[in-house]
Amino acid sequence: MSQRQLTFHIFRYNPETPNQKPATQTFVLQEETGMTLFIALNKIREEQDSTLKFDFVCRAGICGSCGMLINGKPTLACRTLTKDLPTDITLMPLPVFKLLGDLSVDTGTWFRDMSLRTEAWVHTEKTFDPDAQEERMSNETALHIYEAERCIECGCCIGGCATANIKPNFIGAAGVNRVARFMLDPRDERDEQEYFDVVGSEDGIFGCIGLMACDDNCPVGIPLQGQLAYVRRKMALAGWKR
Amino acid sequence: MSQYDRFTSDVLIVGAGLAGERAAIEAATQGLNVIILSLVPPRRSHSSAAQGGMQAALGNSAMGKGDSPDIHFADTVKGSDWGCDQDVARLFAEMAPVAMRQMAYWGVPWSRVVPGKRIYDGVDIHEDPEKEGLIAARNFGGTAKWRTCYTADGTGHTVLYTMDSVVIKLGITVHDRTEVLSLIHDGERCSGVVARCLRTGNLRVYTAKSTVIATGGYGRLYGASTNAIINEGSGMFVALETGVVPLGNMEAVQFHPTGIVPTWILITEGARGDGGYLLDKDHHRFMPDYEPKKKELASRDVVSRRIMQHIRKGYGVESPYGAHVWLDIRHLGEKHINTNLREIANICRNFAGVDPVHDLIPVRPTQHYSMGGIRTNIDGMAYGLTGLFSLGEAACWDMHGFNRLGGNSLAETVVAGMLIGDKIAKYTKEASLNVSSALIEEHVRFQEDRIQSLIECRNGKENVYQLRREMETILSENVGIFRSEEPLQKAVAQLHELHQRSCQVGLRSGGKGADPELASALRITGMIKLAYCIAAGALARKESRGSHFREDYPKRDDENWLKRTLAYWPVGADRPELDYEPVKITELPPGDRGYGEASTGAASANR
Repeated sequence: MSQRQLTFHIFRYNPETPNQKPATQTFVLQEETGMTLFIALNKIREEQDSTLKFDFVCRAGICGSCGMLINGKPTLACRTLTKDLPTDITLMPLPVFKLLGDLSVDTGTWFRDMSLRTEAWVHTEKTFDPDAQEERMSNETALHIYEAERCIECGCCIGGCATANIKPNFIGAAGVNRVARFMLDPRDERDEQEYFDVVGSEDGIFGCIGLMACDDNCPVGIPLQGQLAYVRRKMALAGWKR
Repeated sequence: MSQYDRFTSDVLIVGAGLAGERAAIEAATQGLNVIILSLVPPRRSHSSAAQGGMQAALGNSAMGKGDSPDIHFADTVKGSDWGCDQDVARLFAEMAPVAMRQMAYWGVPWSRVVPGKRIYDGVDIHEDPEKEGLIAARNFGGTAKWRTCYTADGTGHTVLYTMDSVVIKLGITVHDRTEVLSLIHDGERCSGVVARCLRTGNLRVYTAKSTVIATGGYGRLYGASTNAIINEGSGMFVALETGVVPLGNMEAVQFHPTGIVPTWILITEGARGDGGYLLDKDHHRFMPDYEPKKKELASRDVVSRRIMQHIRKGYGVESPYGAHVWLDIRHLGEKHINTNLREIANICRNFAGVDPVHDLIPVRPTQHYSMGGIRTNIDGMAYGLTGLFSLGEAACWDMHGFNRLGGNSLAETVVAGMLIGDKIAKYTKEASLNVSSALIEEHVRFQEDRIQSLIECRNGKENVYQLRREMETILSENVGIFRSEEPLQKAVAQLHELHQRSCQVGLRSGGKGADPELASALRITGMIKLAYCIAAGALARKESRGSHFREDYPKRDDENWLKRTLAYWPVGADRPELDYEPVKITELPPGDRGYGEASTGAASANR
């Protein structure tokens, strides 16, 4: 592989020093074989500017910490290989989420709030009996739930969503998918009317204007388009019955 | 008076992975006020990355028929190479099935038994129609029965998300992006922590009747580790730095046989459990030559050593990142790979540019797990300080001894959380919070002074990143899979010097607010202390047991070494002090592990 010289244009802003205006800072780095943005950003911080803020945790595409705009596209930095990018690379923080500094945004608080608003836990009247055998479930159902449960809360679907960018309370595809996960789960005893109260609004499923950037941007490939359609259909029917 | 925010709760839990959250749930459901601190949002914890599964003797699957806690106990003790506490292993094995069923009740979409016939490694398997829909199990290394419960390829993710959903439902307070700098204690009792907010850089004080450390392992001391980058052992070193809390068996470091080259991301044991093979440069499946019975599924320490032994014989595949072997799952077929092993497939495609449906996967043993940690009793109470508890990978409880079986760590987090959480609740209800403001002030001022010295470069201008790379190299090169006297002595000497230098770190960044360089600088001395405990413990232990393999002492030596290392770091000392305590044998006297250990003596002889 030919050794390219990469030029990074990185957004810099620290909300703790608001008198310093947001700016783009340029860093130059020699590309290495197998270089990912995880490797590149750490090199820049360790060798060029140790104040640079960004988030990685698992660096393996599992934990969802490192969502950012890479040349305008919301995606995971850890599994972006520099060889798939041009020599000029622009890195910006994900929009919608609160900026903590440079490329670091507060997805944790957003997703916790979404979980609270959608009451994203199994609602059941049953109590757990430690001496009883587990309740049975078909493996097909289990896999179906898992399909929706695979969301890693990286926020790429939210950052790229036109509605979420203009409506601060919109729960976005991640929120709708979360609701779908519990709707599919036979252990959750909520009925459609109860779900309607959670997502049957303009901040929920009816706020979506169907641009489907979420589906394009999901780095783990959750079929968000299908999940949106599923919840919309169910909620439209539930709306009729009201 | 220093400026800081102060928070008080009944129970303070440091770490929001599975162990911390499960303990928090137990304490909260018993009516206690709980605060959880976490470096990152809870769902980003390293628990989420565990793909393989959790061991529990449910016995639903055909290949798990007849399984029981007795067999799970025996596997765990053998796996530990008789280094574990047997009363802990017994308690764990008995409770694991209940913990898994509770997770099912809370919402984990466990994979379920599907009736019918399939072929696995040349054997016909018929799943019993009467078991349809119960929690299924897959094969994992070192177990007599198929016992590992799993959710497709995302066990840790689904269990953590479910656990966290219960935390949210219960309204438990979580302060994420918060890092603990020290424990507040008077030498006898722990009363909370001094922490730093990673959003603003401000110091905070948390006081509580009981303080619980559940911060996971220290994988990042080794450069090549499968662990998340937050696994820097912070909970362990803040306990060590009290001078009175010992760390147990720090030399017991587990290497996973299959870290992908060169990013060291874990390829889960599920790949071999589902029938994957290891191949050498000639595409020869070599594990049956060494371990005819267990083949690729001998315990992790054995497979890791066999791979390195085979590479040393010249059968490794050369690469710019060192020699490796291949993992082959192609024969499992596209459908199986893309559903049951999807995360593995994604990792291969995204991080190594190979498609495991058609290509071989480059792998090499990589640091993976720390059996050692804060030494506790069976109730999870840390030695040395009342009011301090620890559980999960941060703790040495000690059910893993010198080698942990795959699927036992994730299970431990939940089982220990359930059991120790109850003990924490009982303790806390009887305890009172009585901490003097002078003591708090003293601890805060100490941290303020440390931060100010780093910012002003008062003690020197050592570069924290440089020190860190040196520490990683020392451990990887001298305290790895094969160990012996000379390299270990070298490691101890180098770490001694590195520890001195770490007291002379100075910042280049100015250290304002939530400065990331300051965060690294505040950790480096503690991390080097942990590395020192590992190296010193390994040098002292003149035998081979589980993952600790001394080429110069290749046999296990029960006469002299059936004991647990306790490493202390007295306040102001420049090196750790080692002490020992006996290992508790209750049911199963030391014997042969039955997979490979009998012949490991030969491993180094014919290299």
